[in-house]
Amino acid sequence: MSHSNLYLTAFSTIVIKEIDRFTRIWLQTIIPPAISMALYFLIFGNLIGTRIGQMQGFTYVQFIAPGLIMMSIINNSYANVVSSFFGAKFQRHIEEMLVAPIPNIIILAGYIVGGIARGLLVGIVVTIVALFFTKLDIHSFAITIGVVVLSCILFSLGGFINAVFARKFDDISIIPTFILTPLIYLGGVFYSIDLLPDFWQNASKLNPILYIVNAFRYGIIGISDINIVSAFLIIILFIIILFSVCLYLLNTGKGIRS
Amino acid sequence: MKALQITNLEKTYANGFHALKGIDLEVSQGDFFALLGPNGAGKSTTIGVITTLVRKTSGKVTVFDFDLDTKMVEAKSMIGIVPQEINFSQFESPLEIVLNQGGYYGIKRKQARERAKKYLTQLGLWEKRNDPSRTLSGGMKRRLMIARALIHEPQLLILDEPTAGVDVELRRSMWQFLRDINRKGTTILLTTHYLEEAESLCRNVAIIDRGQIIENSSIRSLLSKMHFETFILDVDRAIETLPLLEGFTLYKTEDDTVLEAVISKGQNLNELFTLLSEKGIRIISMRNKSNRLEELFVRLLDKNNREAI
Repeated sequence: MSHSNLYLTAFSTIVIKEIDRFTRIWLQTIIPPAISMALYFLIFGNLIGTRIGQMQGFTYVQFIAPGLIMMSIINNSYANVVSSFFGAKFQRHIEEMLVAPIPNIIILAGYIVGGIARGLLVGIVVTIVALFFTKLDIHSFAITIGVVVLSCILFSLGGFINAVFARKFDDISIIPTFILTPLIYLGGVFYSIDLLPDFWQNASKLNPILYIVNAFRYGIIGISDINIVSAFLIIILFIIILFSVCLYLLNTGKGIRS
Repeated sequence: MKALQITNLEKTYANGFHALKGIDLEVSQGDFFALLGPNGAGKSTTIGVITTLVRKTSGKVTVFDFDLDTKMVEAKSMIGIVPQEINFSQFESPLEIVLNQGGYYGIKRKQARERAKKYLTQLGLWEKRNDPSRTLSGGMKRRLMIARALIHEPQLLILDEPTAGVDVELRRSMWQFLRDINRKGTTILLTTHYLEEAESLCRNVAIIDRGQIIENSSIRSLLSKMHFETFILDVDRAIETLPLLEGFTLYKTEDDTVLEAVISKGQNLNELFTLLSEKGIRIISMRNKSNRLEELFVRLLDKNNREAI
């Protein structure tokens, strides 16, 4: 058997296993974000949003919809990889892959595609939920799909790094709780940074999630606080950095080989 | 051809523990080889290095002449591993576990299904193939790990204490299964705490202690090094005073109808029976006090400990 055939089969096995894992527990993985989104739209969109009025020419619910969808995508792609890889480490069945003739990059790619799959599926589900509350015309399909896929990759890589360093289950919730959630909430999901004083506008630009949310918002409703090209470049830069870190950790066996 | 060749293997863990101190080991193709040693001797570290779960400090490992460092894919494809600890997902079914493992070795689903059916059936797990693996008994979990290790039909099967905690009947059936696959050409490297298991299954043995190989030979030649054996004799009446038998050493036990006899190499058991008979003592039954390999194993380790001190 050629190496490429072996790698392809191994890669597809990891991807299928990952998709099977999160679809088997759909009550924990797919339904909660849909319910959360429905509540966000109901409370912030319909109840409070009607009092806020227009935001950059759109209703408030239209303005926050891309950010809320992206929030679900980010959280779920991250959660998929961190929980799956840490679970495999904890139960030691990661050894099934480590003893097999699979290069580390294939293992990493398999987990990332698993994270992309869950991010996309949850993104589709919450978009359907959003359509019950507001009308969304896609401004640019290419930008929308591009930013979704890149965001899934980025946060899958983040989840992977978290899982490598995690030693107990508490450790896989520390980053999402204390870093990811604040960055998402302060990343322009609910407001335009134009509303902030200059200092906080500049401070916000240090938050990578601001670029993701704005790029996605541009793809859907055509408005952004950030230059789109800059946004894509920053996302890609972060992907390259995190991908290199992940590969380094796998190659040195951090947390998985003695 | 050598199925496994280990040259000057060293492993020092991050905490400074020097687990392997320049091990050299060869396992020939088709062999059934035992790697024995007390807890912490370096058996699992050695297996960890071969399976790449442990990163070696220095040395060389080749599997069927494929260097594990430079021909990783070829070398790993040759190896199947049955680890000491349960290490499959408790949420997946036996069939999923085995199929996925096949996938990691590049086996297409269709072929993997055929092999999964073959090995799960042979190991008595086919009926349980769709049950969550956490519901399997301890023995079934061990057999599942063997089926998983065989899915890519490796040339070298490594079993790290495969029958630990398994009942006697199941252990015997696993032995038969392993003998069969060895007879069909699979080289087997076995570590075990049951020395009876090694004596019964293996042709060659290496004993490792404190990270060094202290004995490496065939089981037959190792057993021939025994200078004496201890037998338990069940006699027909209570013995109050031990009879003096020229050339033989007898010991009493807590049970007055049981004697221990130490027989040196070259001594004749018939002679002992005759002497006992002359003293009016009839032997009802006789057995070895302990497994022969076990006696040797303990003596070798004692000797190594004394030398270390």
